[in-house]
Amino acid sequence: MGIKKPLNRVWALAFFILATLLGGCQRPQGGLTVVGSTSVEPFAEALAEEYMVHHSKEKIYVQGGGSSAGIQAVRTEAAQVGMSSRALMPDDRDLIAVPIAYDAIAIVVHPRNPVANLGIDQIKGIFSGQMTNWKKAGGREHPITLVTREEGSGTRESFQHLIMGKTEISLAALVQDSNGAIRQVVADDPNAIGYISLGLVNNQVKALKIDGVEANVENIKKRRYMFVRPFLFVFKTHPQGLAKNFLDYILSPQGQKLLIQEGLVSAATLANSQKGAQPRENV
Amino acid sequence: MMISRHTSQMVAKGVIWVAAFSTLAVMIWILFQVLVEGLPLLHLNFFLDSPRQMGRTGGIFSTIIGTLALTAVAIVIATPLGVGTAVYLREYTRESRVSRIIRFGTDCLAGVPSIIFGLFGFVFFVILLRLGWSILSGGLTLATMILPTIICTAEEAVKAIPYSYREVSFALGGTRLQTVARVILPNAIPGIFTGVLLGVGRSVGETAAIILTAGSSLLIPTSLFSPARTMSVHFYILAREGISMEMAYATGAALILLILGINTLANWLLWRYFRKVGG
Amino acid sequence: MFKEKILEKGFFFVAFSSISILALIAFFIFEEGVPLIWKVGPSSFLLGERWFPSQGSFGIFPMIVGSFWVTLGALIVGVPLGVACAVFLCELTPPSVSMVLRPTIQLLAAIPSVIYGFWGLIILVPLIRNALGGPGLSVLAGSLVLGIMILPTIISISEDSLRALPRTFKEGALSLGATHWQTIWRVLLPAARSGIVASVILGMGRAIGETMAMIMILGNAVQMPRSILDSARTLTTNIGIEMGYATGDHRQALFATGVILFFIVMGLNTIALVISGRRRA
Repeated sequence: MGIKKPLNRVWALAFFILATLLGGCQRPQGGLTVVGSTSVEPFAEALAEEYMVHHSKEKIYVQGGGSSAGIQAVRTEAAQVGMSSRALMPDDRDLIAVPIAYDAIAIVVHPRNPVANLGIDQIKGIFSGQMTNWKKAGGREHPITLVTREEGSGTRESFQHLIMGKTEISLAALVQDSNGAIRQVVADDPNAIGYISLGLVNNQVKALKIDGVEANVENIKKRRYMFVRPFLFVFKTHPQGLAKNFLDYILSPQGQKLLIQEGLVSAATLANSQKGAQPRENV
Repeated sequence: MMISRHTSQMVAKGVIWVAAFSTLAVMIWILFQVLVEGLPLLHLNFFLDSPRQMGRTGGIFSTIIGTLALTAVAIVIATPLGVGTAVYLREYTRESRVSRIIRFGTDCLAGVPSIIFGLFGFVFFVILLRLGWSILSGGLTLATMILPTIICTAEEAVKAIPYSYREVSFALGGTRLQTVARVILPNAIPGIFTGVLLGVGRSVGETAAIILTAGSSLLIPTSLFSPARTMSVHFYILAREGISMEMAYATGAALILLILGINTLANWLLWRYFRKVGG
Repeated sequence: MFKEKILEKGFFFVAFSSISILALIAFFIFEEGVPLIWKVGPSSFLLGERWFPSQGSFGIFPMIVGSFWVTLGALIVGVPLGVACAVFLCELTPPSVSMVLRPTIQLLAAIPSVIYGFWGLIILVPLIRNALGGPGLSVLAGSLVLGIMILPTIISISEDSLRALPRTFKEGALSLGATHWQTIWRVLLPAARSGIVASVILGMGRAIGETMAMIMILGNAVQMPRSILDSARTLTTNIGIEMGYATGDHRQALFATGVILFFIVMGLNTIALVISGRRRA
């Protein structure tokens, strides 16, 4: 084996790799970074995908991380757009929030679970850990498997705010870090109950009626199903350029139609009401 | 009642055979479970298409690019550092306090859990150095994770070179640097390359640290500052969210094949190299 | 020559990269996490039984217990099987077979943890739920999968220790009339004890540090598991599952969990290094 040759080859290879990498060493130009709620994420992804089909030169990067992280990212300018699945806190009111759609929270169980309807107090009893057996709720004799989102999740906060009120969610509940994961657990376990975005309900799980009201878009529009939260796009300053174009696209009939197809409620429908339901005041 | 030594030996060996076989069987089961469902779904388009609809359809092209890019950055950074450390330890010092500290540091680094690397990468690269969720952040974090592996294999490779090579070089008037550059390194390259391959294998399988530093964007990354998703992150997300079990199996199968391929290559090279040099 | 000196210094600095990185990691994790431990109080952080960040409760005791039980279970599964396989490879198979099996084991060690977790999720969890009850996502599932994941570590290091023993040990015992098994059980294994213990400790370190597979199959409930069929959360999954969303105190608390984890794993690794007396990367 020649002594000099292999080394030269290695140097050449290393140089080549370095050159390629350095070639990629520019900040993405004209790219839009959208960060935040994992509930909004799949819908924002779908919208971005559609948008980029029609505007192939633009790049929109959608990422999860959570409502809080998204708002933080916008504040520190790490991202241009934040996604939030809950209303802004008083501290964040200086940011600009635009509702792009409304989403209901659905309580889901396994399709074969005989229970189809629960009262609010029953739901609170179950999720707080007081009611531990399906028998008491009208089902079979079997312990209930509770599933919830993790602390800090916008969905969990909305669930707490809209449904649980002051009652704590049980510490014994299983925790999953995304709506999709909760849906998986409920789909696999006949004794599980959890909450997910209404837009994510499919034939693997069954959405319960709450106090007799079915969870569907009709009832949301009629304000009979009250457990609704806004999907917000958050900006630091008035959106301009690609951010504005993307937002305009989302709020256009085309964009809204895509969201409605996915099971959300359009922004215009509930624009008059103050982001949906009144928080539950009773304990 | 005394059980004869031979009976107890038969029993013991029987138990061990059962243990060994069940271990192997379970390991193979774990691999086959993904491969059986996933292999039939692998076709050329799967590798050339990017994911669509959050991964419900399409392929894994952007994740392949993401995996390659992150691994490339990690290797480019970790290899010089690792080889340099190995050369220093073997050629420039003897066993001393300094070398013991360096080895201690390397061994400890090897034991740090990946989630801690992820936390570190997030705080240091993403936030402090303002690199954002990017290939650069992810690659740098990965580099710190595979550094111990490269140091270890590089050191073995350099150690394996017979001292006579150095003697000849010095006898001919070569300086230490010349010896290292023209004698040691070229002969250690196969061993170093094996270490690099092992590092690549580790990078490909890493998930926790990458999610925290490179993000999870499904788009094909266009620069070092773009976020990227790797195949293992994609597999993890598909599997957990139940987006598409078929896609999950297929991605998993591709991932397993990739890792098996890399490791088999590394093992084969190692075997060939040690046979040649004489161990 | 001058160039020589510069490059020697260059190599010297490069060589310190691993230890500088270690120091950096420790620095940043501690910088974010320690203030919170002081703020909440070390005893209430370590022994507090309530983890409820939205209400300011930051007790990680349930996670310490969770990590403990899952790791213990993994060792119960992994150590006997691992040592048995090491003995198998070293003593009960001809060299041609073991030469094939050993790289196979290393190959299996390289399989990403998410694949193991996936298998656990699809196969093991429903099995446990249907056969034994509970949600299936449990300490039992975690221990079994983790035990399998640490097998390659235990097998390869234990086997190396057995192989490193002088042949005279085995030959002496056999020539004194001991059976093969008696030789293994009473001479070889005790002699390789320190290597085997080191492998166990390293396996323990790997088990404690595992995150992704555990998030997938432990269920992540925040309370102390009271049986192996209960769901649990480990120190690692605590960080992994909440890191994405955490801000402020909550985030610092997760770094603080990282601090505790760091100590535990560093401690284990140091013990392993001291016992084995050799370097293991």
